[in-house]
Amino acid sequence: MSGHPTPETGQSHGGRHLGELKKGERARVTGVDERGVVTTLPEGELERRMIEMGLVEGSHVEVLHEAFPGRDPIAIRVNEHTLALRRAEARAVLVAPAA
Amino acid sequence: MSVLDSALPPRIALVGNPNCGKTALFNALTGSRQKVANYPGVTVERKIGHFVSPLGRRVQVIDLPGTYSLRARSPDEEVTRDVVLGRFSHEDSPDLLVCVADATNLRLNLRLVVELKRLGRPIILALNMMDAAEKRGCRIDAAALSAALGVPVVPTVAIRRGGVQPLLEQIDGAMAMAADAAENPAPCGWSEPSSRDLRAYHQEVEGLLAGCVADAGLPPLATRRVDAVLLHPVFGLAFLFLVLFLMFQAVFAWAEAPMNLIDGAVSGLKDWVAATLPDGALRSLLTDGIIAGVGSVVIFLPQILVLFFFILVLEATGYLARAAFLLDRLMGGVGLHGRAFIPLLSSFACAVPGVMAARTIENRADRLATIMIAPLMTCSARLPVYTLLIAAFVPDRPLLGGLVGLPGLVMFALYAAGILSALAVAFVLKGTVFKGAREPLLMELPAYRLPNPRDIALGLFERAKVFLARAGTTIFALMIVMWFLASFPGAPEGATEPAIQYSIAGMIGHALEPLLAPIGFTWQIAVALVPGIAAREVAVGVLGTIYALSDSGDALQSSLAGALAASWSLPTALSLLAWYVFAPQCVATLSVVKRETNGWLWPAVMFIYMITLAYGASFVTYRVASALL
Repeated sequence: MSGHPTPETGQSHGGRHLGELKKGERARVTGVDERGVVTTLPEGELERRMIEMGLVEGSHVEVLHEAFPGRDPIAIRVNEHTLALRRAEARAVLVAPAA
Repeated sequence: MSVLDSALPPRIALVGNPNCGKTALFNALTGSRQKVANYPGVTVERKIGHFVSPLGRRVQVIDLPGTYSLRARSPDEEVTRDVVLGRFSHEDSPDLLVCVADATNLRLNLRLVVELKRLGRPIILALNMMDAAEKRGCRIDAAALSAALGVPVVPTVAIRRGGVQPLLEQIDGAMAMAADAAENPAPCGWSEPSSRDLRAYHQEVEGLLAGCVADAGLPPLATRRVDAVLLHPVFGLAFLFLVLFLMFQAVFAWAEAPMNLIDGAVSGLKDWVAATLPDGALRSLLTDGIIAGVGSVVIFLPQILVLFFFILVLEATGYLARAAFLLDRLMGGVGLHGRAFIPLLSSFACAVPGVMAARTIENRADRLATIMIAPLMTCSARLPVYTLLIAAFVPDRPLLGGLVGLPGLVMFALYAAGILSALAVAFVLKGTVFKGAREPLLMELPAYRLPNPRDIALGLFERAKVFLARAGTTIFALMIVMWFLASFPGAPEGATEPAIQYSIAGMIGHALEPLLAPIGFTWQIAVALVPGIAAREVAVGVLGTIYALSDSGDALQSSLAGALAASWSLPTALSLLAWYVFAPQCVATLSVVKRETNGWLWPAVMFIYMITLAYGASFVTYRVASALL
């Protein structure tokens, strides 16, 4: 990868991912790792889209709203803007508790 | 050669994220001096306008589809990429890029600016919605940002009078620089960014923000509070269904008066032509062919405008993205994207705007699946036929203690049959032809905004033009063909049957009769279905002709209902109702599908699957009804 502090695998990270956050939880993005997420997109594309939408290392996120049923998709605040995404794809965003 | 000397006016292109107010800025710059066309070979709309700069220079403006990056993800974004990179063989690259950024959401917007800078082309950054940013307490040092970025930075407020004046002045200055740049073009340093490049862009943006934004201001609390209700799992969905109900109600209620006016005008014109011209083929072509045919399509203009009024307002306020968010999971049950709901909703008025609205879906498979099921929604052209058959065959019996009547229940069942079969078809399509996971949902939920009346009016005007242009070309031509088939050859001397029987349409109807007999259709129905291919409701008029009734309008409906009740069996009537739920009897829909998908394949697939479903449903209905009744 990019020599960034992103861990090589989601497992060794030991932390949580955005897809498992509950409504009201705040966190800081620590990495983007699309492995393990099933998409229609070519390899590397989901990661790039996440980054383009502001989900990049250091961003502050907060889960604002959950849809129905299954509390999915979720609406999250990413720094100043609000983003809607499904929990399945949010798994690609690794987070740590907000400082 | 400098830009100033060239014969062509200098061209600027507006580039920016979705929701940055780019179209409002375009409208503020050009006013009504704009037109919409299609890019050759793709179905993306090309919006072009022009204005005269303070120095008296005529400038052409292109409004490019909104995008978050130059790595194109949808056909719309491909156009943006190809135009700014000058890859479009049909047009030169713009002399100047005006990058529009939402000042209230600078971080995300600057990311695109940083990417655009790699192009090495002249750029102006317009910080749009500066008023909203200031209201939030956000303090942006435009001069420092300009120095750090190395491009001119102009604050704008597109929706305020005079809010684009600083931009106009800057454009004049930049044009002179653009002329120099055209002589010594800088090398294009853009290549498709890797995830590493994208992270570097973000780093660069963080640096810019740290140096140029004194105070980021408070996040929009109002939007968050409103969303706490409107995105609530229970209240949010309830509100959404209320909005949809009102929209539905308006499509039928508000449009009724103008539709009656159009109906009256069309009949008046017909009568006038009939009284003025001598009897003959020309008079028949004008009255029965062109005026009646085009009139039967134009009459839907009020409904389409009401529908688009709602869609444009909902889009401008930012609610449309919320609706897609609320419905994503529910629609996902049959494999559809949350964004598919607007096209499907539009299709209850008419499938033509529905198919056009499917453009907002990025993924091609998701978009095609939506287009394919749009005509199964009960459009308003089916209503005259439903009303006629229900009046003729369904007794007005109260049910549930008078709460609902049997006719109303049957009408509801017909709507439900359309919706359920659409969901079933979507499920099958997504499991076979369009197999695979759904396109990811990664959608910005913009802050709520009050819509600007001028932008809504311009949007409606544009829709009306597109719709009327189609009625005036494709549908006009088809109506002439249909009239010819139904009128030639004429009835022989001493003919006892209605003239249509002897025409080509009549012959086709009679030839089809054996094919349609297993589903219980009489030859009269078969003949009526031939011109009914052009537009569903035309079949009512043709049945009137065949049963030699001279009434028209409501009187025809009631006398025809009596005639049908006397001559058709109940299974036949039910079979025809089932046919109407599925049959692809609308040339306008098929032609718009051809236009939107760029080829004959998908309209052909649509025609074949719908006619197969129609035949199957009618067959089962007829057989079961015959056995039971």
